[in-house]
Amino acid sequence: MSALLQVRGVSRHYGPRIGCEDVSFELHPGELLCIVGESGSGKSTLLNTVAAQLSPTAGSVRYRQRNGGWLDLAALSEADRRRLAREEWGFVTQNPRDGLRLNVSAGANVAERLMALGMRNYSQLRAIARGWLERVEIDPSRIDDAPTSFSGGMQQRLQIARTLVTQPRLVFMDEPTAGLDVSVQARILDLLRRLVNELGLAAVMVTHDLAVARLLAARTLVMQGGRVVETGLTDQILDDPQHPYTQLLVSSVLTT
Amino acid sequence: MTYNFAFLDEDTKRMLRRALLKAVAIPGYQVPFGSREMPLPYGWGTGGIQVTAALLGPDDVLKVIDQGADDTTNAVNIRRFFSRVAAVATTEHTAEATLIQTRHRIPETSLREDQILVFQVPEPEPLRTLEPREAETRTLHALADYGLMHVKLYEDIAQYGHIATSYDYPVLVDGRFLTSPSPIPKFDNPKLDRSPALMLFGAGREKRLYAIPPYTHVESLAFDDHPFEIQRWEHQCELCGSGESYLDEVIVDDRGTRMFVCSDTDFCSGRRAEAQA
Repeated sequence: MSALLQVRGVSRHYGPRIGCEDVSFELHPGELLCIVGESGSGKSTLLNTVAAQLSPTAGSVRYRQRNGGWLDLAALSEADRRRLAREEWGFVTQNPRDGLRLNVSAGANVAERLMALGMRNYSQLRAIARGWLERVEIDPSRIDDAPTSFSGGMQQRLQIARTLVTQPRLVFMDEPTAGLDVSVQARILDLLRRLVNELGLAAVMVTHDLAVARLLAARTLVMQGGRVVETGLTDQILDDPQHPYTQLLVSSVLTT
Repeated sequence: MTYNFAFLDEDTKRMLRRALLKAVAIPGYQVPFGSREMPLPYGWGTGGIQVTAALLGPDDVLKVIDQGADDTTNAVNIRRFFSRVAAVATTEHTAEATLIQTRHRIPETSLREDQILVFQVPEPEPLRTLEPREAETRTLHALADYGLMHVKLYEDIAQYGHIATSYDYPVLVDGRFLTSPSPIPKFDNPKLDRSPALMLFGAGREKRLYAIPPYTHVESLAFDDHPFEIQRWEHQCELCGSGESYLDEVIVDDRGTRMFVCSDTDFCSGRRAEAQA
């Protein structure tokens, strides 16, 4: 099976400082890849560069379209980039307030991407929004409530519904469970795992939490100082870390 | 002290006319222009008054309306301003005017090809309440990416059960640009569609001009299952008996007695004169 996303030697510098350096990986349809590392290791820079929100200083990112052709993201026009982000990709931010439209109701948040794709039937939009709220375990009777009246965990679930409603092929997630308490985290991870399996999504997820990687990802990429220091199957990396930094990371997880 | 004809200097008028030509060439597109300080405050029609000044010729007949009425402060002041600085003839009769500056209404009497309607616009950007960044709204216009506007209409239906936006109702001009019709009641939106008269819009504070050329298709946005609808009244005008004009509700005493009358004063008095004759 051919890859969905191909990242070759991607670097992103901020002036003389390194954001990420010479990163390569491939992502296949239906696969969830985790990028782990400490704060400042370049995880988010890499994610934003791969998602075409930042342009790479060097290297290339290619995306395989539905028709099988490869698309070089660096050569993409603004219009095409937005179309791709709207129709085929999703982006879940760490802070749900960044990804949600806070001054409109939960239902409008879920329906927005559908309306952007041209859906103009109110009752249909409504039915889909209701269905998605249910899917992410939000009481559908709260469809007309403002997201500001939701708890942090509910807001994050709402953001997930809003992103997945158009059934994107590829989803980028930037620490979707950071800043939530442990029980809420567990529910969201559970939800993500279920949705990823149901929809056959491909996803790249950034996290500093190894437990998240263990739970969700088949493959994991470990970053330090902007470089990938180790990559492989998640279980292999977590159970038999080779690189000293990964060993440190694994050994510093609190166990009960 | 004497002013140049129609107050503005010739270079400024030239700048305005160039911007207006561009606006007519790209229906619904907001053209930036160098808005001047005018002798009235922002929000009172500085955009409209500059467009009118750029268009007026000595033979023009000017009509100015505010909320449909010829005799309200804004209308009286602007009419007097132009009769003073341009010495043009003014009128209250829609049919006699060659140039009509308006705030918040389109006259009930059908307009003709030889007439121009100038609108005063407080906020030319229909997406502004949803997207505060100008760079972003311009990009959305450039890409014709207008899904956002339906978010507002969705919210209306979710909250009120119908599209409650009753004025400044967003339209799509010539199938391309999402445009604010200025704060006219949506009752007037159908008059924008394929109007024989040229419609020009001026936003003085926001420094934008735009146009709906004659016979341009103007579509009011809606949902398939919640189509666009205009306001309707159970009353008729108590002065002229009209059942098809836009009605104002007026409270006439301290006990809350109400009266419904035409908002277009010229239309109303014309009908009354006809009935008497």
